[in-house]
Amino acid sequence: MAVTDAPRIVTARIDHPDSYTLERALATGAYEGLRKALTMTPEAVAAEVDAASLLGRGGAGFPAGRKWAMLRQSPVTYLVVNGDESEPATFKDHLLVERDPHQLIEGVVIAAYALQVTRAFIFLRGEFALGLERVQAALNEAYAHGAVGADIFGSGFSVDIVVHPGAGAYICGEETSLLESLEGKRGFPRIKPPFFPAAIGLYGEPTVVNNVETMSNLPWIVTNGGAAFAALGEGRSTGTRLFALAGHVRNPGVYELEMAKTTFADLINAPVLGGGVRHGRELKAFIPGGVSAPWFGPDQIDLPLGQDEVGAAGSMLGSGSVVVMDDHTCAVRASWRITKFFSRESCGQCTPCREGSGWLERIMERIETGRGRPDDLDLLLDACDNIAPGLTWPPQQTTICVLGPSIPSSIHSAITMFRDEFLTHIKEGGCPHG
Amino acid sequence: MAEQPAGAPAAPTDATEGDFTFTLNGRPARGRKGEMLIAAAERAGVFIPRFCYHPRMKSVGVCRMCLVEVTGPRGAALQPSCYLEVTEGMEVVTDSPKVKKAQDGVLEFLLVNHPLDCPVCDKGGECPLQDQTLAYGPGESRFVEEKRHFEKPIPISDLVLLDRERCIQCSRCTRFAAEVAGEAQIDFSGRGEMIEVSTFPDEPFSSYFSGNTVQICPVGALTAVPYRFTARPWDLDQVESTCTTCAMGCRVAVQSSANRLTRILGIDSEPVNHGWLCDKGRFAFESVNAEDRITQPMVRRDGELVPTTWSEALDQAAAGLRRAMTDGGPEAIGVLGGARLTNEGAYLWARLAKGVIGTDSVDAQLGDGLPAETVLGLPRATIAEAASAATVVLLCGDLREELPVAFLRLRAAAVDGTTALVELAPQRSALTPLTTSFLQYRPGDVVELARALTGTGGPPQGVDAGALESARQHLGSGDVVVVLGRPSLAEDGAMVAEAAEVLAGLPGVRFLSALRRGNIHGALDMGLAPGVLPGRVGLEEGGAWFERAWGSVPARRGRDCTGILSSAAGAGDDESRVTALVLLGSEPSVDVPDRDLARRGLGGASFVVAVTSSPGEAVDRADVVLPAAEAHERPGTTTNIEGRVSRVAQKLVPPGQAWPDWMIASELARYMGSDMGIDSMAAVWAEIERLAPAYAGITADVLDAPWARDGVVAPFAGAPVSQAAVPLDPIAVPGVESVERQGAPPRAGSAVTPTAGPDGQVTVEQGTGGQGEGRPPVLAGPAGINAPHVAPTDSYSFRLVVGRTLYDGGTAVAMSEALTPLVTSAPLRVNPHDLDDLGITTGDLVRVRTARDSVVVPVAADPGLARKVVATELNVPFGDVTAGDLIDATSPVVELRLETP
Repeated sequence: MAVTDAPRIVTARIDHPDSYTLERALATGAYEGLRKALTMTPEAVAAEVDAASLLGRGGAGFPAGRKWAMLRQSPVTYLVVNGDESEPATFKDHLLVERDPHQLIEGVVIAAYALQVTRAFIFLRGEFALGLERVQAALNEAYAHGAVGADIFGSGFSVDIVVHPGAGAYICGEETSLLESLEGKRGFPRIKPPFFPAAIGLYGEPTVVNNVETMSNLPWIVTNGGAAFAALGEGRSTGTRLFALAGHVRNPGVYELEMAKTTFADLINAPVLGGGVRHGRELKAFIPGGVSAPWFGPDQIDLPLGQDEVGAAGSMLGSGSVVVMDDHTCAVRASWRITKFFSRESCGQCTPCREGSGWLERIMERIETGRGRPDDLDLLLDACDNIAPGLTWPPQQTTICVLGPSIPSSIHSAITMFRDEFLTHIKEGGCPHG
Repeated sequence: MAEQPAGAPAAPTDATEGDFTFTLNGRPARGRKGEMLIAAAERAGVFIPRFCYHPRMKSVGVCRMCLVEVTGPRGAALQPSCYLEVTEGMEVVTDSPKVKKAQDGVLEFLLVNHPLDCPVCDKGGECPLQDQTLAYGPGESRFVEEKRHFEKPIPISDLVLLDRERCIQCSRCTRFAAEVAGEAQIDFSGRGEMIEVSTFPDEPFSSYFSGNTVQICPVGALTAVPYRFTARPWDLDQVESTCTTCAMGCRVAVQSSANRLTRILGIDSEPVNHGWLCDKGRFAFESVNAEDRITQPMVRRDGELVPTTWSEALDQAAAGLRRAMTDGGPEAIGVLGGARLTNEGAYLWARLAKGVIGTDSVDAQLGDGLPAETVLGLPRATIAEAASAATVVLLCGDLREELPVAFLRLRAAAVDGTTALVELAPQRSALTPLTTSFLQYRPGDVVELARALTGTGGPPQGVDAGALESARQHLGSGDVVVVLGRPSLAEDGAMVAEAAEVLAGLPGVRFLSALRRGNIHGALDMGLAPGVLPGRVGLEEGGAWFERAWGSVPARRGRDCTGILSSAAGAGDDESRVTALVLLGSEPSVDVPDRDLARRGLGGASFVVAVTSSPGEAVDRADVVLPAAEAHERPGTTTNIEGRVSRVAQKLVPPGQAWPDWMIASELARYMGSDMGIDSMAAVWAEIERLAPAYAGITADVLDAPWARDGVVAPFAGAPVSQAAVPLDPIAVPGVESVERQGAPPRAGSAVTPTAGPDGQVTVEQGTGGQGEGRPPVLAGPAGINAPHVAPTDSYSFRLVVGRTLYDGGTAVAMSEALTPLVTSAPLRVNPHDLDDLGITTGDLVRVRTARDSVVVPVAADPGLARKVVATELNVPFGDVTAGDLIDATSPVVELRLETP
């Protein structure tokens, strides 16, 4: 396989230095998709999205069209856009909100029209200072342009959009927690069932929650048709997708690639993409879909960037973040660092995650700093098992939300793939990588 | 006694009840629609461990201790049983290896950061975390790391300390505050394992219900100042009883060690308190332990009170009373107080006053109540009926201040949306924000407002027409319960009574008393009020019946509290002046709103007998002091606001020579030459049951029956009594399973046994409702109160509203170390526009002129008050005076002028 010549769908505009302005956006076709959508029936717009087989780009990968279809059986009250991208090494939505806010807004209005909702919220990570500024400025421009607000482009359809900054908690990327936060409460995830947003969402009303990238695909899909989108990619993984490539590569960054037709090897090694592992070192391992995903070794580098293919191999494409580790990387320290992140970001609501993450972090720290014990590996795995029973993939969980079972992924992977390295830490009383 | 343990979950017999069948550990069980799996399993006899789940609060599913395996469309998965409604055909496993591992795991996680300081922790020995770790947890610890550290206990209120290291984040306390008390003053801050329960900056957890959070805390994170480090739970004895701090009648477990009270815990009583207590009820037990209790009889000799023997004290008391009778007839004796007595004590004192001495000038209400005939005669509602009524009319003071747990019950009804609240009051209360209509009236206008509400008159000036119309619509749709108390103590109670009798004209209306003094309803039922005799009968109707039983009854109606004190003070020129006062646990200068009248009355009497347990002005003035046993020091019964008769238990030996109240009456009668033939408390109760019509049928056997654990409402209708529907929270009432109820031991063949019908309802033999067998009829219907007319005033006058606050200068608070500091000062609250007119602002001083006096007090703006109405609270410092100094009990309303000093 190789890098394909698929069109850039969501990053078409971003090379312009003023890509975030209305002027540039209009000059490059912004709001044409919306204008077209407004000439169609809401059902027809939804049908195009369904035909595109657009998988949600937030992490869970649920088909957006199907999500909408379920909701269209009963009226939806609110549309909420999840832009609380906060996981380490995940930064693709960051690019979209800073570089192409009009595309996002256009997508939100299209979705609102398809769902016939009159109120939409864009929940953006609070640390996206520039992104917040640009989305708000773009929203003001869009209102002035008649693309948002009352009687959009004279169509009779109206929707108001509110931009809401997050307050600095990773957990608010979890959709029910996001809704709590949006309601002005603590960001504690709700228990599902019964609190599926589609049934009991924002303010208790049926709510669609979609990711920034998902929304940003809509203008192209409406303009070019769902079939054109579905023609890209393979199987269920249609269209293109943003991949945030991070870690020990020559060219880290965000790349838009045709799904399933491209492989991890392409992404990491192609000269126009990752450019290979830096400093000429060897690949030790990579995380295919964000730090909550199980790791892959070099032997899995030829897997295609497809949702089902990665799932079948025991991990996930998740949020589209790919982290590359070279052979100088300490697996213990890497998974300790990830565990530390989850421990700090656990909301504290339910026991296994709140207490388990802190305990696991402390054990990992002990091993890395030379105070490991021979029993620690069994202890780590058993404590992980008490958060995600069976340590299966996809995981089971004793916790309220999926942050819990995200914690064991890196530990389980690191121990499974690099058990000897752990034993060396324990035996030698410290980290061999110094 | 072989009976259902007090703290145990509902009887297992109802495990067969339900709407459908589900499978629990391979066996069929019955589930009810809407029931949580954890509760259905518990009814079926399978206890699922838990920390965050509380049956009286909404589930949150956060502790994860109650995970069980539930088979769903995608196979068996772990689900929180507190958060999952049981459904038909559900397959549930609570004892599989997978469940066991999850439980082990959760407990091990909980112990990661929980300090193992059990040996010095107050909760040790009664700790759900300890207990469930032993029962369900792993055998040994694998945790070798450093635990989380916080500064050791920090006060989150004056009464509650928080040890954050021990907290397991179950959110029971925060949910209680927000959901039950409606005061979300504590919440989580921080996240991950550093999450902690916090107050908001500069806002303490000032709830009147804070002690409940300590009781329901499943670890030792929350401790109460009065109990902290005072005892180990295994050293405590306990007994189930009824709280008589106010008239609500909450069920409590009373715990003591070495003959000192250590702690009061709430017991879940379905009809009454749902397990909750107010902090005054929970912590005022310190007044019983107080060092300066009156514990020996005293007589005044050469101006000094000197300790003496009971026989000399009783002799002196009898002699003084006889002297007063010789000089001025029986009506020369006035008896004030009685709400602190048991029913048995109240009855014998009523018999002593009315049957032996012959005076009807007896009043257990101390000028802050309502005419007894009104309270006793209006159709009655229970607390449960009020809390489920379509409309509740609040014609009472602020319930959160006066009957805090009644506030919780009505708040819950209003928040659920099942009950519409209509409030008639001169100032806002804690329930006002939950009302559908708030009818704010000017003091003096309450009768007119009641007439307007019932469509028999026009609205008084200043009442919101929209609110009135809305209220009238609510009154016309569904059952109505009026909660009847005193909206303001600066307004004649007769006016409120007349307003109530106007409201009694509404079809099907019933009344729930909101009189607040401990056993005031028992005292009224026992005849400690002018014009009534025991068992809720009028002096006229019951005269012949009681004359046959007692030998004599008063010839004519006597004076009420105001009349007794006015007469003793020498006001008026009536021929039969009150010259001798018997104070039954009352402290007139504190208890009677008109403080000036109280002092003049007390000073004007030539002979004063104080039956009391605490020092104060009454003792200072008394010629004879008879030490009485306090609550928890004598057994008996009490009657709450709804007429529910329940047992109070003796936990302590009374200090010194203090006697139970009934015994003092019995002995004093003997010294006055009349043997009432009473030799035991049981004999008193038997006489009450036999003679007092409203109490007929409530035999000792009935009160001791297992199904009467929550007491019995008088008159005893023998109506179906359903078993407790909601299981108690077994982990929140530590050890109360072992509480022993007090009462006569069961006698073979004599116990009243209920028979369970096919519907599971328990019925007992039909009671007589207090009628028949020659008994006089109980009071029914309006008493025909005609309150004095209030003349309109000039435009310069303000009218005074006096409410109450829970922590006031009353005896219980004054003698409780932990509560005394909570008494705050109460400025005179004034509408801000009126303050503007005066050219002053909050914090400034104002001169208040009444017809009687002139005082200077601080003011505060209160936009909730109408123009030309000012308000404050009774018995709290108020400049150099208290509100009682402004109240004139002989005037229907209190008018005053405000001037800049």
